[in-house]
Amino acid sequence: MAKFGRKGKGGLPEVSTASLPDIIFMLLFFFMVSTTMRETTIMVQQRLPKATEVKKMERKSLVSSISIGSPILALQGMYGSEPRIQLNDSYSKVADIRDYITAERENMDERERPLMTVSLRVDNKTKMGIVIDVKQELRKASALKINYSTRKVEVID
Amino acid sequence: MARKVSEVNASSVADIAFLLLIFFLVATTMDVDSGLSRKLPPMPEPGAQEDDKQIKERNVFVVLINANDQLMVEGKPMDVHNLRKEAKEFIVNPSNKEELPEKSLREIDYFGEVMAPKGIISLMNDRGTSYGIYIKVQNELIAAYNEVRDETAMREFGKHYEKLPEDKQDAVKEYYPQIISEAEPKNIGGN
Repeated sequence: MAKFGRKGKGGLPEVSTASLPDIIFMLLFFFMVSTTMRETTIMVQQRLPKATEVKKMERKSLVSSISIGSPILALQGMYGSEPRIQLNDSYSKVADIRDYITAERENMDERERPLMTVSLRVDNKTKMGIVIDVKQELRKASALKINYSTRKVEVID
Repeated sequence: MARKVSEVNASSVADIAFLLLIFFLVATTMDVDSGLSRKLPPMPEPGAQEDDKQIKERNVFVVLINANDQLMVEGKPMDVHNLRKEAKEFIVNPSNKEELPEKSLREIDYFGEVMAPKGIISLMNDRGTSYGIYIKVQNELIAAYNEVRDETAMREFGKHYEKLPEDKQDAVKEYYPQIISEAEPKNIGGN
């Protein structure tokens, strides 16, 4: 046991931590590159449906999203549990969609406007009624490219 | 030379980097938007005549979903799991059946003159249908088209559809165009 019990002078040499900042910086850069900024706080419950045939949206700047679902539990006391539409950071009516689309289109580069895609992030349990209303409104606003946001799975049960 | 400049203590750099890292972890999201891409039909002009172009019944694959999330396909109740197989048979019409879509002679790049079917899938749902089942049905229909295209690509070019160059993909697309039409919504089952 003499091998382990050796009590030399000064104990173990300290582990050098000089490379620690480099490691952390590497992690930092990885996260900076691979993630995107959270833009809005989500105020509706969203359990997105699953699908196998999903396509990735190429460019985030061309996408505006509309969320539909019941208000989150913290807000249900105030707004009830009926499904609601969320645009930007507030609950909206179906009639507000057209203004929202116009505003989003204004923010875009002129050449990119025809490529605008509306991503519908709709909760699994929502009834189609409200989705149909939204789709009709999008047609009126001639925002025809839509994307039903889903989670990618390999097999649907 | 003057006395040696003492080195700046760098041990806090790690802490600063940690702080930044944690900030980015909290303030950003990882998920890339992905989903089923669709195109809505443009709104008809207010004064425009309704387009009553008659489409033969055999060329239309009718999928109905009611308010109880039950499926009716071509007049028969069906489970969503069988939809893909059924839709594929409709799209391809392999044995030239009477009740499945007719084929017409078309000139397509890489294929030459071929007898290509011209089926349309019509999807109708109720206001009370749940979004979950709607997406499931959409997914099955898109999957049916993707599988048909993939099989065609394998047969003709010996490659998966995804791996084909763009012009060949377009040719396959033209062979089996994806037409999923959604009828104007109805409210039967109540909300």
